[in-house]
Amino acid sequence: MTHTADEMMAIAAARALSGRQRVFVGIGLPSTAANLARRTHAPDLVLVYESGTLGSKPDRLPASIGDGILAETADAVISVPEVFNYWLQPGRIDVGFLGAAQLDRFGNINTTVIGGDYHHPKVRLPGAGGAPEIAASCREVYVVVRQSSRSFVDRVDFVTSFGHGTGKGDRERLGLRGAGPTLVITDLGVFRPDPETAELVLTDMHEGVTLDQVRAATGWDLRTAPEVGRTPPPTTGELAALRALKEASR
Amino acid sequence: MAEIVTLAEAIGELVADGDVVALEGFTHLIPTAAGHEIIRQGRRDLTLVRMTPDIVYDQLIGAGCARKLVFSWGGNPGVGSLHRFRDAVQHSWPVPLEIEEHSHAGMANRYVAGASGLPFAVLRGYVGTDLPSVTATIKPITCPFTGEQLTAVPALNPDVTVIHAQRADRAGNVQLWGLLGVQKEAVLAARRSLVTVEEVVDELTPVPGAIVLPSWAVTKVAEVPGGAHPSYAQGYSERDNAYYAAWDAIGRDREEFANWLRQVREEVPA
Repeated sequence: MTHTADEMMAIAAARALSGRQRVFVGIGLPSTAANLARRTHAPDLVLVYESGTLGSKPDRLPASIGDGILAETADAVISVPEVFNYWLQPGRIDVGFLGAAQLDRFGNINTTVIGGDYHHPKVRLPGAGGAPEIAASCREVYVVVRQSSRSFVDRVDFVTSFGHGTGKGDRERLGLRGAGPTLVITDLGVFRPDPETAELVLTDMHEGVTLDQVRAATGWDLRTAPEVGRTPPPTTGELAALRALKEASR
Repeated sequence: MAEIVTLAEAIGELVADGDVVALEGFTHLIPTAAGHEIIRQGRRDLTLVRMTPDIVYDQLIGAGCARKLVFSWGGNPGVGSLHRFRDAVQHSWPVPLEIEEHSHAGMANRYVAGASGLPFAVLRGYVGTDLPSVTATIKPITCPFTGEQLTAVPALNPDVTVIHAQRADRAGNVQLWGLLGVQKEAVLAARRSLVTVEEVVDELTPVPGAIVLPSWAVTKVAEVPGGAHPSYAQGYSERDNAYYAAWDAIGRDREEFANWLRQVREEVPA
């Protein structure tokens, strides 16, 4: 069964949730991956959405963060202050699953402005939403993002959500409790922070992707792990589940 | 006690030029019809407050009603950008728009402080981000007990908060359920409030998970069936996803938007 780069990305992201119990889900690619994980290898995964749903079990992808299906299939529906204060802030969530408009070499995320200055930006993006606290408070953060030299930049134009700052030790110095971004999954490969420097390095490439391709889509002088692995291609079952999920969401 | 009036009367009496106005709703129960009435009545220089400004705020901004926006995520949920909002920020069209930008947790806690009658709220977020450098209402604070560095945000107390709910009884007690976002906090934080409802009933039957805002905590109630469209009211209507998608083209083009605005201004209010 042939597959697209986007399908490989969604499946790799879903696999990353193996063994995780509670995931705080951003809309878009993270939601696709989390729902796919729940339909395949992680049926007990608890999906938390910032609209106030704990344990949503939608049978299709929600159209937005507040889609009624998230409330109708949840274990509990709570207010937004409660989501952030009682469930996210104390560190009850294993993984925060985020997207990004820009991501830099230390895993900082920008969803605020691109180009120009803050008051006169070239592009105004939606802003922070729940992401800063997700990035601060979840035990780990996974980022899923389509990779290009525009999205993978040396330094983000605006730090909306803190990753590893300017390198190893910044999170500890600031008193942040979660480990920050430990995994970045793109349509080309997988990146993890270097244990010494916290800089994102390439650890795996998806099937058919070349190192030159990854370098061309990275806005900094990319470093690679000593041995770069190959992501196992999607299984027939994974692809079928992803396509069924997409079909059910039309 | 909440007074039951028409939408036009409610907006006319409660919303004045220059007011701080919150129309809250987290994807569900968004008081869109009330926003359209604010446009029809031509309010100006409003400070619009909302965690998730979406289409109705795009419309209010494009109509020139707003001077300032206080928010944490401005987009067309499930579709993309708000183009009137972008045009105002990037090109000051039709009027310059000042922004005060927070995270969801910051905004939620600002309402909680407002509803609690406290001057500020404390949270652990924002640390390390660039938001405190552009937003004056985010300040570091030291815990007096542990010495931990935390963040303080000031209370939000809108002049008027508008929400949409499923129903009210004839005494003006309001009942709402489903995704409740920050609506209760936004009403309790406000000096005045308007709740538009799907229907006014003789008696509020209990619903699991529902909350009730007692009549004495609400200023005015207006019966506006479908008043949340294109968002939804659980138990009454579905989200009109096609409208959200269609708005992208209307909002993107100043002329298309002007046509839309003309139509709304000519509508007879509910």
